[in-house]
Amino acid sequence: MSYELVFDVKRGDFDKAGEASRKIKHTLQQLGVSNRIIRKISIAGYEGEMNLAIHSLGGKIILAVGEKKLTLTIEDVGPGIPDIKLAMTEGFSTAGDEVRSMGFGAGMGLTNMVKNADAFEITSEINEGTKIVMNFFIQ
Amino acid sequence: MKLSQVRELLNAVVLTGENHLDDEVFAGFGCDLMSDVLCYAKEGAVLLTGLSNKQVLNTAEIANMNSIVFVRNKVPNNEILELAREMDILMMTTKLILFESCGILYKYGLKGANLS
Repeated sequence: MSYELVFDVKRGDFDKAGEASRKIKHTLQQLGVSNRIIRKISIAGYEGEMNLAIHSLGGKIILAVGEKKLTLTIEDVGPGIPDIKLAMTEGFSTAGDEVRSMGFGAGMGLTNMVKNADAFEITSEINEGTKIVMNFFIQ
Repeated sequence: MKLSQVRELLNAVVLTGENHLDDEVFAGFGCDLMSDVLCYAKEGAVLLTGLSNKQVLNTAEIANMNSIVFVRNKVPNNEILELAREMDILMMTTKLILFESCGILYKYGLKGANLS
């Protein structure tokens, strides 16, 4: 059992945001992954998906299903995060009022991803993009 | 507490998922910040919120919460109602404000989500 699913997420498309995460959830349910792991990966994926719609110029969510782990990669084509440490601070956000009115943009997204993933890595280059790799171990 | 009792206590109108009125909920979470719902809310809890956009529905589905109470008389649009039927999520709306809604349910024994 080893394959990949790729979902495109467009900037500002709040109507579609959430669909990729729901598809990921349903796929993992069909594969018989435990509910506890599905919930963790769905939450982390949804926060990542919202971040792509809110902050990026567009990006992708990639789910890789392996025998021992599930890997969720969230990558975009910019604009990049100037200060990752600051962005990772709970409560820090650069999101605008439109996003806040939807119940997001309170500076909890990256915190929620770290909390739910078993392993979390983030790298970012200005004008090139940001890449987050999260691993979830199947027990 | 059964969702039918939630409806009675809040004098709420059911919008979707009537078939779930016999289901039990063991906790409630009142919040307009969806990231905090994702971070803290217990699975299976009823979500009480004053937001009525699509992200509320996505949040409920992702967090495995199968019932939503919209407070302050909010009613989501038809597209969201239709999506909720597809997702098989019970939604109801009450005229009460969030504070009163949570207070009434708490008084009748429904517990809050544990932050730890």
